[in-house]
Amino acid sequence: MTVSVIRFGGSNCDRDAVAALSHLGIDAELVWHEDGLPAETEGVVLPGGFSYGDYLRAGAMAARSPIVDEIGARAEAGLPVLGICNGAQIACEAGMAPGAFTTNRSARFQCEHVYLRVENVETAWTDRYEAGEVIEVPIAHGEGRFEIEDDRLADLEDDDRVLFRYCDADGNVTDAANANGSKGNVAGIVGERPNVAVMMPHPERVTLPDIGPTDGQGVLRAFA
Amino acid sequence: MGTYTATVTVRLKRGVLDPEAETTRKALERLGFSVDALRSADRFEIDLEADSADAAGEEAAEMAERLLANPTIHDYDVEVEER
Repeated sequence: MTVSVIRFGGSNCDRDAVAALSHLGIDAELVWHEDGLPAETEGVVLPGGFSYGDYLRAGAMAARSPIVDEIGARAEAGLPVLGICNGAQIACEAGMAPGAFTTNRSARFQCEHVYLRVENVETAWTDRYEAGEVIEVPIAHGEGRFEIEDDRLADLEDDDRVLFRYCDADGNVTDAANANGSKGNVAGIVGERPNVAVMMPHPERVTLPDIGPTDGQGVLRAFA
Repeated sequence: MGTYTATVTVRLKRGVLDPEAETTRKALERLGFSVDALRSADRFEIDLEADSADAAGEEAAEMAERLLANPTIHDYDVEVEER
């Protein structure tokens, strides 16, 4: 599979994503957004960073770019798309996934390791994990608090579309373990279609064994 | 055609946490002000041409729907003035 990692002005996790995917034996390449989606693309990563300087709202500008229209159309036809951090903000702003990621409860940029409980292991993004497994993954964001109307959150939960929730080291989903104040401790979900996933934590930063734990590999192996 | 200024005000829906506003409120309290609550909003002043004030308002509302506001977290209103 050839995964296109889309680079916007201000992306800064694009090369990390390529390195992590390559380590897993997955063919990945950087694609500058103005060049359009290569025809051979079989998967897309929208990487983290600060596309367009977070003008207006994080992800708002990139979400209206032509390549994201293309990605949205291809996602409708089943293209696997993973939005990480700023990529998650972009995908939600583009309507590929419900809800919005907005200012952290702390009103601060937070760069730290958090624990996630894997909620649904029936998706390509999570089927390498055990149900209820606790993984450790870093976050690095100022606008990562997941907001959604209560009834739409209930729909997400009823449809088993929550992938990860912030939890403590023992897997307890508590307010104290809710890193950024997200509704329902939600850290990642699947979009309108299961081939689209968005998450604020960074699986690509916990994939290369040389730099520590590798809990994020399972997410990226969806592209294998 | 007339020339108008459409002012779009985008604010968080009631009930959506606004940590920046809360931080601002606390800073005002540190300065000695007594503040019960504080809400912040973004205001966009858009100069445009349209057939009528209503048409200018509709155009600005569509801008809000499609970009300036995020319907999950925001409400907005539009005011139009002749320029």
